[in-house]
Amino acid sequence: MAMTDQAPGKMGISDEVAIEIRNMNKWYGTFHVLRDIDLTVQRGERIVICGPSGSGKSTLIRCINALEEHQKGTITVDGTLLSSDLKNIDTIRSEVGMCFQHFNLFPHLTILENCTLAPIWVRKIPKREAEETAMHFLKKVKIPEQADKYPGQLSGGQQQRVAIARSLCMRPRIMLFDEPTSALDPEMIKEVLDTMIELAEEGMTMLCVTHEMGFARQVANRVIFMDAGQIVEQNEPEEFFNNPKSDRTKLFLSQILGH
Amino acid sequence: MSDTHAQSVAFVRETELPPAPPPVTETGAIKWVRENLFSGWFNTLLTVVAFYFVARILFFVFPWFFNGVWDAASIRECRDVLGGATGACFAVLVDRWDHLLFGFKYPPDGYWRIVVAFILLLGAAAPALFSKLPRRLLLFTALYPFVAYWLIWGGSLWLPMTILGIIIATGLVFRAVSSQIPVNMRQMVAAAIGMICGVGLSYLLFIGAKELVFIANSIGTASLGTSFAYGVFWLLAIFTFVFFIPMGMFVGYAIYNSYEDGGLVSVVTALLFIYAALVYLLAPIASGLNAVIPIELQAVASRDLGGFMLNMILGTVCVSLSLPLGIVLALGRQSNMPLIKGVCVVFIEFIRGVPLITLLFVANVMLAYFMPPESNFDLILRVIIMITMFSAAYIAEVIRGGLAALPKGQYEAADSLGLDYARSMRLIILPQALKISIPGIVNVAVGLFKDTTLVSIISMFDLVGMIRGPIQNSTEWISVYWEVYGFGAMLFFIVCYSISQYSQWLERQLQTDHR
Ligand SMILES: Nc1ncnc2c1ncn2[C@@H]1O[C@H](COP(=O)(O)OP(=O)(O)OP(=O)(O)O)[C@@H](O)[C@H]1O
Ligand SMILES: [Mg+2]
Repeated sequence: MAMTDQAPGKMGISDEVAIEIRNMNKWYGTFHVLRDIDLTVQRGERIVICGPSGSGKSTLIRCINALEEHQKGTITVDGTLLSSDLKNIDTIRSEVGMCFQHFNLFPHLTILENCTLAPIWVRKIPKREAEETAMHFLKKVKIPEQADKYPGQLSGGQQQRVAIARSLCMRPRIMLFDEPTSALDPEMIKEVLDTMIELAEEGMTMLCVTHEMGFARQVANRVIFMDAGQIVEQNEPEEFFNNPKSDRTKLFLSQILGH
Repeated sequence: MSDTHAQSVAFVRETELPPAPPPVTETGAIKWVRENLFSGWFNTLLTVVAFYFVARILFFVFPWFFNGVWDAASIRECRDVLGGATGACFAVLVDRWDHLLFGFKYPPDGYWRIVVAFILLLGAAAPALFSKLPRRLLLFTALYPFVAYWLIWGGSLWLPMTILGIIIATGLVFRAVSSQIPVNMRQMVAAAIGMICGVGLSYLLFIGAKELVFIANSIGTASLGTSFAYGVFWLLAIFTFVFFIPMGMFVGYAIYNSYEDGGLVSVVTALLFIYAALVYLLAPIASGLNAVIPIELQAVASRDLGGFMLNMILGTVCVSLSLPLGIVLALGRQSNMPLIKGVCVVFIEFIRGVPLITLLFVANVMLAYFMPPESNFDLILRVIIMITMFSAAYIAEVIRGGLAALPKGQYEAADSLGLDYARSMRLIILPQALKISIPGIVNVAVGLFKDTTLVSIISMFDLVGMIRGPIQNSTEWISVYWEVYGFGAMLFFIVCYSISQYSQWLERQLQTDHR
């Protein structure tokens, strides 16, 4: 992948806080998955989260849109405090888009219906308008011609791009990605990453769990390294890759960049 | 066009040779027979044996069928006509077809009403079964139960129409309530409704408790057994008194707590409205309208329904009621709320653990005890409730299987788009779960339809009851057996086979994965 030389600047990042996580803890039964997580994300920031398997990366970003419940600490998204109040949860979810490793498209609906469903039923947008928006975003992810097919007829890369378009149709202010490329073949990885890069260039606030280090260097403002449920290290990508501070990070980077 | 257009080539064939037919041993029937029936000594042997048995059966059935006597007044006359030869006595069908189809007490000049109701049933079912038809036709489907009720049971048309009117009015009340109450008023409205509900619930259960006391007193304490029953009924009555008043308050409190949405408030207001309207308005309005414009058909009592018509009524009503009830039970069983989950689990497990015949006996005998003496809680209604509960429990388990088969990612994707519970179920989860469950649901539906013949045991004259009772006990047709049961089997087969064919067609229609 072609790498731009310019270091990711602070451009497009406002002082406004998009996500604020304070002292958040989570347990699965007695298993302490997330420990004292503190994280503030500014609007427009692009954050890449990496770390060994089982370190709690997925759990962390799933807590942000309440797919998982946290037991201690606070999460504030867009000024709304995440509590057990269902109203708040639905508000936050409709503001936060999410892409999954396994796409999770709705197989019984066409691509277009996948994209228009939430706008119509959650945002109450008229069908026509929702379809126009959907076509706009499908063009953006470069598959408008697939609109009338079913997800089962598309390749993995196409499906993931539809999933991104589906999230974008809700016009989210924040996008979460959980290993969007790790179920894909190499050629397909590129097409999905290109879509994500384009999104980043438009100033979307993004939190992305990925092991695509090229992507991290190119678009991230900040890379976060997690291990055993803790944030071990966070830094700007250049510093992070060239000058890792902790031993754990060095070990991880040597393993992942070593081959 | 010339035959040889390329001068430089000596010969070019312009037309393709037609393919020659393969040798006789390689084509069609003969090839098939050789490959499938006589491919080895063992297959040849099986073929011969099978042919022998098929032939034996046909040699018996054909003369039996074609010698059949269609015109006779009794089985004796049939035998005289046949004079010892094998032959069926189809005269019984000619003589009693109406009893087999409509029961022996339905007024014969009302048969057309059943036929019309049946034809309309086909029209009403079509838009529900085939999604390609215009959606507006569903309006007719919604109207159909009222029309069919009037056609089958007769009486004044204004009765079902008033009920329909009340239901529509309830819908309007629901909409009005859910959108009109100002937010700051909702809390008070909810509190008031909660109170009314609490009182109403307690009141209803007071009646129940009084009934229990009444039963207990009527049983008395003559013997050990009855005094035991006496004690049980008194305990139940006391339990009702002391338990359900707090329960009423609890319901009120629950409604009070959920005021924010207005959702539950509007549902309860609408339910209260429909209850009040049915109790206080139905009879005066219906009879008033009938006095002004009398539109009446001869009334037929439920007891007088019978024949295959009864099976069809029970089958269609119970299947169409038990599907939604089964969905609700299946979702309830998956609920995170222990109370709802518990109720659903107990209901399903209890109903599934009891034979249908027991439930029918309960409907026939037991429920009558619990009703105030002069109330006429229709027997058919009781049977419908029991069969519906029975098949709903099975359908719920089938659907639960479908729900469990969906990957967790589907729930998460729906959640992450901000769809609330009701919408994610309706739009994402249920369409997929139901699609997976189609074969199982159809299995239950076909079984249920055939099980409607069990009502013959509680002395209702459905098709089987009709055959076993009035027909085989009559002096004319005393030992007719194959003809009537064959006819019944044919009717059931037609319906069940159509259901099965429909479900297979539907599965193909809904297949979206590999097209
Ligand atoms: N539903 C669950 N119940 C119990 N433990 C769980 C559950 N989900 C995850 N875990 C555990 O929590 C830990 C963190 O899981 P998580 O999925 O967040 O890891 P991850 O960093 O995303 O790993 P990967 O890179 O493999 O996706 C793991 O040890 C996992 O075994
Ligand atoms: Mg993960």
